[in-house]
Amino acid sequence: MKEKELNRYLYQKAYLIRRAEAAIRADYASDKMKTPMHMSTGGEAIAAGVCQALRPQDQILGTYRSHGIYLAKTSETDAFFAEMYGKATGVAKGKGGSMHLTAVDHGLICTSAIVGTTIPVAVGAAYANKMQKNGKVVAVFFGDGAVDEGVFWESLNSACVMKLPVLFVYEDNGLAVHVPAEQRHGYKSIIEIVRQFNCNVFSSETTDPEAVYNLALQAIGAMNKYQQPSFLRLAYYRYLEHVGTNEDFNSGYRDRAEFERWRKADPVELQRKKLGKWFSEGEITAIERTIDEQVEGSIKRADEAQFSQPQALYEDVLA
Amino acid sequence: MSRLMSYREALNEAMAQEMRRDPRVFVYGIDVADHKRTFMSSKGLVEEFGLDRCFSTPLAEDAMTGFGLGAAIAGMRPIHVHMRVDFLLLGLNQLVNMIATQRYGSGGRFAVPMVIRAIIGRGWGQSFQHSKTLQSWFAHIPGLKVVMPSTPRDAKGMLVAAIRDDNPVIFIEHRWLYDVVGEVPEHSDEIRLDGAKVIHPGSDITVVATSWMNVEAVKAAEILKKRGVGVEVVDVRSISPFDCQTIIDSVQRTRHCIVADNDWTHCGFSAEVAATVYEACMGQLRAPIRRIGFAPTPCPCARPLENEFYPNAVSIIRAVEAMLKLSETDLSHEDFYSYENKFKGPF
Repeated sequence: MKEKELNRYLYQKAYLIRRAEAAIRADYASDKMKTPMHMSTGGEAIAAGVCQALRPQDQILGTYRSHGIYLAKTSETDAFFAEMYGKATGVAKGKGGSMHLTAVDHGLICTSAIVGTTIPVAVGAAYANKMQKNGKVVAVFFGDGAVDEGVFWESLNSACVMKLPVLFVYEDNGLAVHVPAEQRHGYKSIIEIVRQFNCNVFSSETTDPEAVYNLALQAIGAMNKYQQPSFLRLAYYRYLEHVGTNEDFNSGYRDRAEFERWRKADPVELQRKKLGKWFSEGEITAIERTIDEQVEGSIKRADEAQFSQPQALYEDVLA
Repeated sequence: MSRLMSYREALNEAMAQEMRRDPRVFVYGIDVADHKRTFMSSKGLVEEFGLDRCFSTPLAEDAMTGFGLGAAIAGMRPIHVHMRVDFLLLGLNQLVNMIATQRYGSGGRFAVPMVIRAIIGRGWGQSFQHSKTLQSWFAHIPGLKVVMPSTPRDAKGMLVAAIRDDNPVIFIEHRWLYDVVGEVPEHSDEIRLDGAKVIHPGSDITVVATSWMNVEAVKAAEILKKRGVGVEVVDVRSISPFDCQTIIDSVQRTRHCIVADNDWTHCGFSAEVAATVYEACMGQLRAPIRRIGFAPTPCPCARPLENEFYPNAVSIIRAVEAMLKLSETDLSHEDFYSYENKFKGPF
């Protein structure tokens, strides 16, 4: 893919995430979206970069903070916003909400509200892909809190011993809810530990979507070359509170100065600046307006859509 | 064509035939592929299908439960085996939070065709971490099917149906049933996963039983038949979905009901049966429903204490006599099942 085209795609994904979440923030106070929001704002480089490195048929799984990967993998906003508003046209007909996103046709298997729980599911999907020889890659996104859970280590070990094509994407924001890593991790470096597994390990502090994309491509390449899983650690800063749509720099557990440092390398602005190399300001604005209109249209349709009928409560429990 | 085979052979044949029929089926779990092959229920599968489709796993029940979910969503039909249901507790998060909810949480877009075989056990010092049943735990959760076949025929037909079912099925097998021999068809015919069955007809009293307690209940029925007491034994077979109608029909005929569950009674499946029967038959019952189950203690190791812990045919006979106001039957010449005749140890 041409550099120009790639960077435009990366910006479209990053901007869509930022824009969609801005729209959620703008209407959350109306209480129409009765679902706990865990916002991806600040983490756009990871979602955009990794999903850009994946092909449409590749699969992803995520956490309760998965607006970013949903939007980056699908570029779809109708079913997304309908789910936020709890409507019948939502991805789960309004039964899942913000924390339970799925888009089978786009390869998003599921996201989960319980830390670490999608990691083994990804390993099983990777086994299925290997058995079916379909060449699909599975990427599972999880935070630095997930490695506190036993299931992470069980899953990593199992994937390594079974040599499965799974990409572990460790989204490191240094916090599990409000507790910093140094209060939770009784070891010096997760990277050094994972290196002891039969696993390819990559790590970066970058907030540049293109750099993330390139690293993800390397990780996937190594996975295919060495026939073993890859582990990709990517740092980012969560701009908003753990759950909710507000800032929380006055809560005492973190400092606005830290946010300001990260803000200087904001992934969306970084990517926008890069586009200047190939596009005029007018062209960039036109790209943004298209996405703005997409988001606004989706919200309007979601707001107008019907809730599921009462009998839908009982549907889809069993096949 | 039917022939005689053991419960363990019936399970084995169901898996082998389904693996032959459908390349998506695979079986995995701790020690599934070792020389003991999960009490020989997975005998021959490695040789025929290879270690890709019949494999032992790391000791990681939590991850391996989620692994099955991922494999099922991505196009396979996993059979996850636990040598004891007690080990499945390590996978409860995946089972309850993930597996049971994926279909609902995807707006019906996913199916989760997964079987979890969990062996329940008893006898020869199993004590308190190798002896639970827990069917009521699983059946409490919407989105899971739970079955407990008690005959070789049902073991095969219900396992075939479970493998072909597009839902997660918890398949609970009592270790003592493995040696029970019965008629089993050669063909892989499905037996529905939502039906109770009258396995011993009688007109005086209904005994509703689960799993091994069916063996004890039939023994009790045969003994009581000799003195003219008709005990109808209903094998529940499927805990969820629960076929209450077969039980209600029986109780409406006999007007007496005992529930002999292979589990503790407090907050257990026997309470569900009793409540259901009361709701449907309140005015027709001639006596309050009686529930029989494990002693309300952890299961002890030593044989004399263990014998106190478990109910058996004698407990059922005494409960029937009390409910029908009969004198105690002389059981001194009766021959009851003894695991020691099958297995003397050591392990």
